Amino acid sequence: MRWVAVWRRNFLVWRKLVIASVLSNLADPLILLFGLGYGLGALLPSVEGMSYIAFFAAGTLCSATMFTASFESMFSGFSRMHGQKTWDAILYAPLTIDDVVAGEIVWAASKAWLSGATILAVAAVFGLAASPLGVLALPVAFLVGLAFAAVGLVMTVLAKNWDFFSFYMTLIMTPMTMISGVFFPAEQLPRPVLAVAQVLPLYHGVELVRPLVAGRLPTDAVVHLVVLLVYAGAGYAIAIMFARRRFSA
Amino acid sequence: MSARVSALKARALRKSYGALEVVSGLDLEVAPGECFGLLGPNGAGKTTTLRLCLGLTHPDAGEIELLGEPVPARARQARQRIGVVPQFDNLDPDFTVAENLLVYGRYFGMAPRAIAAKLGGLLEFAGLAGREDARINTLSGGMKRRLTLARALVNDPQLLFMDEPTTGLDPQARHLIWERLRRLTQEGKTLVLTTHFMEEAERLCHRLAIMDRGRLIAAGTPRELIAAHIEPQVVEVHGNGYEAWMEQARRLAPRVERAGDTVFVYAADAAPVLADLRGRPELAYLHRPASLEDVFLKLTGRDLRD
Repeated sequence: MRWVAVWRRNFLVWRKLVIASVLSNLADPLILLFGLGYGLGALLPSVEGMSYIAFFAAGTLCSATMFTASFESMFSGFSRMHGQKTWDAILYAPLTIDDVVAGEIVWAASKAWLSGATILAVAAVFGLAASPLGVLALPVAFLVGLAFAAVGLVMTVLAKNWDFFSFYMTLIMTPMTMISGVFFPAEQLPRPVLAVAQVLPLYHGVELVRPLVAGRLPTDAVVHLVVLLVYAGAGYAIAIMFARRRFSA
Repeated sequence: MSARVSALKARALRKSYGALEVVSGLDLEVAPGECFGLLGPNGAGKTTTLRLCLGLTHPDAGEIELLGEPVPARARQARQRIGVVPQFDNLDPDFTVAENLLVYGRYFGMAPRAIAAKLGGLLEFAGLAGREDARINTLSGGMKRRLTLARALVNDPQLLFMDEPTTGLDPQARHLIWERLRRLTQEGKTLVLTTHFMEEAERLCHRLAIMDRGRLIAAGTPRELIAAHIEPQVVEVHGNGYEAWMEQARRLAPRVERAGDTVFVYAADAAPVLADLRGRPELAYLHRPASLEDVFLKLTGRDLRD
């Protein structure tokens, strides 16, 4: 449990910069949610039996969680690892690179969870998530956070410079957001595209969160949970492997 | 030294990066309470040696024992009782002075109360009393270095590793660090430092090892090294006609070297050389006792190492 000290270090920084941090993590998704939700929602009949904004709120919850986890593990993580050499300082203490990787991933997931949870709370206040089942979206959001934090940290420990992240953001995250059912039902996509979405983690987060927020139990919940767990677990293992290579060479 | 357990012992250490062998068969032994200096030009393998001793890098061959713990197998346990001052400050820029110490103490599993109890003493030691709420970017280079040193002491370590502790500091800041390091030695802490400042090594270290190309090429007290490796007197000569004069100097002294436009004459007795120079007003000269730097340059050469 030594990694907790790493988590607490990041938490203390976050607490000192809390207003800017929360604003940057929430302003974008909430503006998008209400802008697109009401604007586009006025043109659309119900989607999958709910108003468009309620449909989109569940998607936003997942995509905001994904973005917060990814930004924290990649950009902030790289800054701590490479720019500030915070990881080096930690490694002089009786912590290992495995502890640092674990602390970073759980921290990024925690921060991501807060984004997801806040969006859920806002949605509830606006009557978009009335069911008590919606509470179950909270642990799912944490799992989505873990999956993207772990994958993001793999990118970080492989990165030579900041530009490296643009490839992952532009070539993977942005298209994934489009095809994973955040903005519109993924089922209306051509089969091969849907198949791609189904091997990526975001789709499974959306498939779990949307029914829960609408007050239904998700179908194939176990499959979705397993995919997210595999991404989190494999990302963690791969991040540790490359981090060890980078730091104890 | 043999009766007590060594603070640090390394045998036949080897480490390569690609085709380059950075540490090639290094033996080291540091006694408890000793201030030990590892000297060497850039690229000699000093930093890699420190990283190996800390268990941060795994050796290709050889054995390390740090405070009685085998490294890297039990490096984590050893590091619990170790402090590290790295070559480049990596204080946490988001934190104040006090927060840096608090957060660092937590990495050692220290309770907040235990860290708080040490805070005053550490700040006093670092000369930062009253600055606990200062941001890191408002501190001078010397203050940052002292805070890094205080951070390395938060767990009350038995042994401190310091990689070039005063590089980049002005003389005032450097002397203050030296004073603090002597205080630590008096408290019985073992110090292992790397440096390429001979003055620093001569002032601080009980024992030195000179390292080049991954090997130890000499070891001993500063006096022993000077006595063993170099003639006790040096005359530095420069001015018009110094090249021609070198021939004459070779007849008067056992060793004559040239670096740029300066001639270095080494001798047990410099009187004949000085007598000759008095008759040559075109040559300027400086007569001084041999120093560790002369030993260092003799053993590692005068070529630039970048």
